[in-house]
Amino acid sequence: MNFTGKIWKFGDDMDTDLIIPARYLTTSDPNILGGNCMEDADPDFVSKIRKGDIIVAGKNFGCGSSREHAPIAIKAVGIACVIAKSFARIFYRNAFNMGLPIFESPGLWDRVSNGDSLTVDGDEEWAKTIDGSIFPFKKMHPFMRELMTDGGLMAHIAKGRVK
Amino acid sequence: MGMTITEKILCSHTDLAEVHPGMLINARVDIALGNDITAPIAIAEFKKAGGTSVFDREKVVLVPDHFAPNKDIASAEQCRVMRDFAREQEITHYYEVGIAGIEHALLPEQGVVLPGDLVIGADSHSCTYGALGAFGAGVGSTDLAAAFMTGEIWMIVPESMKIVLHGKMQKWVSGKDLILYIIGKIGVDGALYRAMEFTGGTIRDLTMADRFTMANMVIEAGAKNGIFIPDRITEDYVKTRAERSYLLLDSDPDAVYHSVVDIDVNRIEPQVAFPPLPSNTKGISQVGDIRLDQSVIGSCTNGRIEDLRIAAKILKGRKVASHMRLIVIPATQEMFKSAVKEGLVDIFLEANAVVSTPTCGPCLGGYMGILADGEKTVSTTNRNFVGRMGHRNSEIYLASPAIAAASAVLGRLGSPGEL
Repeated sequence: MNFTGKIWKFGDDMDTDLIIPARYLTTSDPNILGGNCMEDADPDFVSKIRKGDIIVAGKNFGCGSSREHAPIAIKAVGIACVIAKSFARIFYRNAFNMGLPIFESPGLWDRVSNGDSLTVDGDEEWAKTIDGSIFPFKKMHPFMRELMTDGGLMAHIAKGRVK
Repeated sequence: MGMTITEKILCSHTDLAEVHPGMLINARVDIALGNDITAPIAIAEFKKAGGTSVFDREKVVLVPDHFAPNKDIASAEQCRVMRDFAREQEITHYYEVGIAGIEHALLPEQGVVLPGDLVIGADSHSCTYGALGAFGAGVGSTDLAAAFMTGEIWMIVPESMKIVLHGKMQKWVSGKDLILYIIGKIGVDGALYRAMEFTGGTIRDLTMADRFTMANMVIEAGAKNGIFIPDRITEDYVKTRAERSYLLLDSDPDAVYHSVVDIDVNRIEPQVAFPPLPSNTKGISQVGDIRLDQSVIGSCTNGRIEDLRIAAKILKGRKVASHMRLIVIPATQEMFKSAVKEGLVDIFLEANAVVSTPTCGPCLGGYMGILADGEKTVSTTNRNFVGRMGHRNSEIYLASPAIAAASAVLGRLGSPGEL
């Protein structure tokens, strides 16, 4: 699982109301949710990004509500993966459960700028910046790796039943 | 090695002899909870995966509360998806509008959640159940779909933080002020992934309502769950409500904690969390002159009958400031009925407040009190994030029912002592 994309930087404590405000929770349609992603944080976000871009955020990304609409919106708008200093716990499990790749890197945020290109090796768990510096991700729990490889929790359960 | 109450509850829902922080377990759930926003996604995932019947129709709980009574056509459709599923699956604990209320106030009131239970809810405030000495944690819709199928949840056993509260609460200080103070002290990720176990001498002075409010907001410090050791006050609350057996657990003396946070309650005055984070707390004497447009008293955090009684005590014989709106929302139908019988609703109406049927409504910017550009509200709810209750330039000040009621009369942030 490898990605190369342009970085969109966000700060600390990006809550799920910023990722997708509750006024859009009358639907779970990924197109509508994606179309309004980050509206209260950056109203132009959806028009600026391109498919395959990468979010690099500070600590506690996705804090607040349990709404799975948040990772659905991020995935639907075309973000390839999210790298944060840390993730809030419900967002963290939601992302793995529904198949949005996310990685933890305490050091990357301070060393990249908005608009930089970033290369990510999701299998080897590192990111490479434009100056060639490598930032290893915080090691993923083997179970989280299984969920990511299987494409989410329901696929993982289905696979387990086949075994 | 000893175990904490959180570890014991998780362990008792597996076939393991003991569990320790960091272990990944598959635990059996006693309650799998969803609402009108999160359940439709879970139901779709359940059906997509070939699900035909839920693991146990007694253990699935569905409550329309966020955008119910239906606020518009789209939310009506979401409520219908959940209602149809409840009928098709013959779900025992489906609560229709008129019987229902806000899920986290409703389930304890109805005796659906009991001490020792393992509850997962596709709602972040599912941590509220820790007030009963249960394990409650918020999860997502896919987690809920998986639990519908398997009756199990994957969970990493959390480290526990011991929050020791000692001393006497000052006048007008409540559970809300204590938890806001604690979040202000440790930060919005100060308990990330961990359990917050509340102990110390002050606990004896906390009503169940105070404890529900405190456990409710541990998610605002990033915690997985918050928990109180059940005592006489817990037993008095559950014994008349329980229709099945329950388990009163305690932490072992040699249980291991990540850290201990010592809180001197004597020094805490009523707290207000300034926008845009619940950790931006100030004592009420330090808030300055914040002129308000609205006050909201309600939600899973502070819409219980005890909260309404405090608000009514302050509002009796007084009027809401002429430039303000006060919106009061009892958390459940039973609490609403009690508020009518006790004369609280009369007091609210005479004060020029509006009283709504139970709903999460304005707390998450749904309806029943949305804020315009630049408006400011004091609110007894749980989050003051940007855009949470309306326009992205509106401001939310989180406080207790006493502060919200007094501020509605004063027209600015203030305490009952100023009236």
